[in-house]
Amino acid sequence: MRKKWALNLPWIMMIASLLGFSFFYLVPFFVSFLYSIVDNPINREFCGLSNYKQLLQNSYFMRGLKNTALFMAVSVPLNMVLSLGVALVIRNIKSYSNYFSLIFLIPLATPSATSAFFWQNFFGLHGVLNKYLSVFHVDGIDWLNSKYGMLVMVIIFIWKNIGYNMALFLSGLSSIPEEYYECADVEGAGWGWKLKHITLVYLSPTTFLALIMTFVNSFKVFKEIYIITGEYPPDSLYVLQHYMNNMFLSLNYSKLVSATYILTATIVLFVVCIFRAERKFSDHLHY
Amino acid sequence: MKNRFQIAHVKEKIGYVLFFLIVILYMMPLVITFTNSFMSSKAVEANYSTGNLREDQYIEMEIVPEKVTLSQYAALLFDSPVYLHMFWNSVKIVLPVVLGQILVSASAAYAFTILKFRGKEVVFFLYIIVMLLPLQVALVPNYIVADWLNITDSYLAIILPGIFHPLGVFLLRQFMKSMPDAYIEAAKVDGAGYGRIFIWVVLPMIKHGIAAVAMLTLLDYWNLVDQAVIFIQNSEAQPLSIFLAQINSGELGMSFAGSCFYAFPVLLALLYGQDYLKNGIAITGLKG
Repeated sequence: MRKKWALNLPWIMMIASLLGFSFFYLVPFFVSFLYSIVDNPINREFCGLSNYKQLLQNSYFMRGLKNTALFMAVSVPLNMVLSLGVALVIRNIKSYSNYFSLIFLIPLATPSATSAFFWQNFFGLHGVLNKYLSVFHVDGIDWLNSKYGMLVMVIIFIWKNIGYNMALFLSGLSSIPEEYYECADVEGAGWGWKLKHITLVYLSPTTFLALIMTFVNSFKVFKEIYIITGEYPPDSLYVLQHYMNNMFLSLNYSKLVSATYILTATIVLFVVCIFRAERKFSDHLHY
Repeated sequence: MKNRFQIAHVKEKIGYVLFFLIVILYMMPLVITFTNSFMSSKAVEANYSTGNLREDQYIEMEIVPEKVTLSQYAALLFDSPVYLHMFWNSVKIVLPVVLGQILVSASAAYAFTILKFRGKEVVFFLYIIVMLLPLQVALVPNYIVADWLNITDSYLAIILPGIFHPLGVFLLRQFMKSMPDAYIEAAKVDGAGYGRIFIWVVLPMIKHGIAAVAMLTLLDYWNLVDQAVIFIQNSEAQPLSIFLAQINSGELGMSFAGSCFYAFPVLLALLYGQDYLKNGIAITGLKG
């Protein structure tokens, strides 16, 4: 009897997780689709795809979509490159490297409200940045409300998330055998050659993971932006989550769900592309 | 030859100096938050309130306070029990999520590794998609379920979805992929059942991964804002992270001490868990 139970254990585990996952995410997600094809949740009058059509013509939604895409297109690659750079430098520091990597991890642990407060006072109209600029007789502007708002958002994102990828890259780096570099040294290879032909090649599995996690984290920058600018931010900072949040607060579930379906479809497409690329890449790489 | 060596050496030195400068800039928000927590509430308000400032006046951000006092902390900890109560609310939300997430994701990842069935990769793909979705996408589904279960005004509405979030399953499964099959096979030959293999072979080998999942979940839920705003109506039941998020608009006085107080447990966890985190979240990649 006991043996049988043990044999079934993996199935029990699988079903437990699947049940929870389905019940809390999958099923309600599909059920919510019904909201998107009715005109509103109370009337429940079938209206086909008109919600989707209206969304694609809605200037707020499109602005949010555009800003989110722009933000990711800039911040994700930038974060990847900078965090790899930091990881490489820290790996070369012989002493106290643990403390340096800890410094880059601390922003992850800082409450969002705390970092939002600092950045608000740094980039605000009466903020520290303008104070130093005034020394050079540059007129201060409200950075978040200016055309540089997106740039500020990218800086806050990088500041917070560099440590995450750095941690990933550090342990990816430590799994590359030292002999490879020694061999290259003997052959007289330069710094750039080693980076391109050893480090980047053997780091590629980590890089894919880092890319996925950066993507996940890039949605979370919204929390800071929301705390700083509130429900109605300047146009340049209006991202998709603002739209969703506002639709949620105004109980417009039909629009909200349509928006989430459009976003989810985009993400599925993106993930399929990434996995295709990963498979192609790892086929080239022979372990 | 010697000259070239020296130039390379100088270049390296300049590189390090630059790096140190960046590190110092990088730390500024944290340093300011820490040192300003020893300022009196009045000094903080005088320094940071922008209400009466003219165009050419700026807030004062002092790295070292003129007068060091513990009054912010005293107000936070002793004047009113509200803050400690909210701190405790945070613990009540985070602890079950972290423990449950570890339990569910470790066993699910194990099942994904052991079992072979048709459509396994499709199921796992669904997990990955849900993992990637931003929080706002899950708002309506979470709300629908909370409504079904009649738990809309309770921590359970936050805790239960947190426990079954697929992030841990994803990370731990990647982690188990790097584990040599030979260990499990050997244990099987020795007559160990799946339960024993899980507890005595697999869990010890993925303890870095488990610690990483625990820390990432802790970081996420300790700072939660959105879910609490939506699900918790009673202001006394709010976690402290909500209070900190609201502090920005009103009471500046205690904000720095509050932040330090709130960040402290997580920093402690980070200090001890940093090696786990570094070894844990780097897994051999996305081999499918």
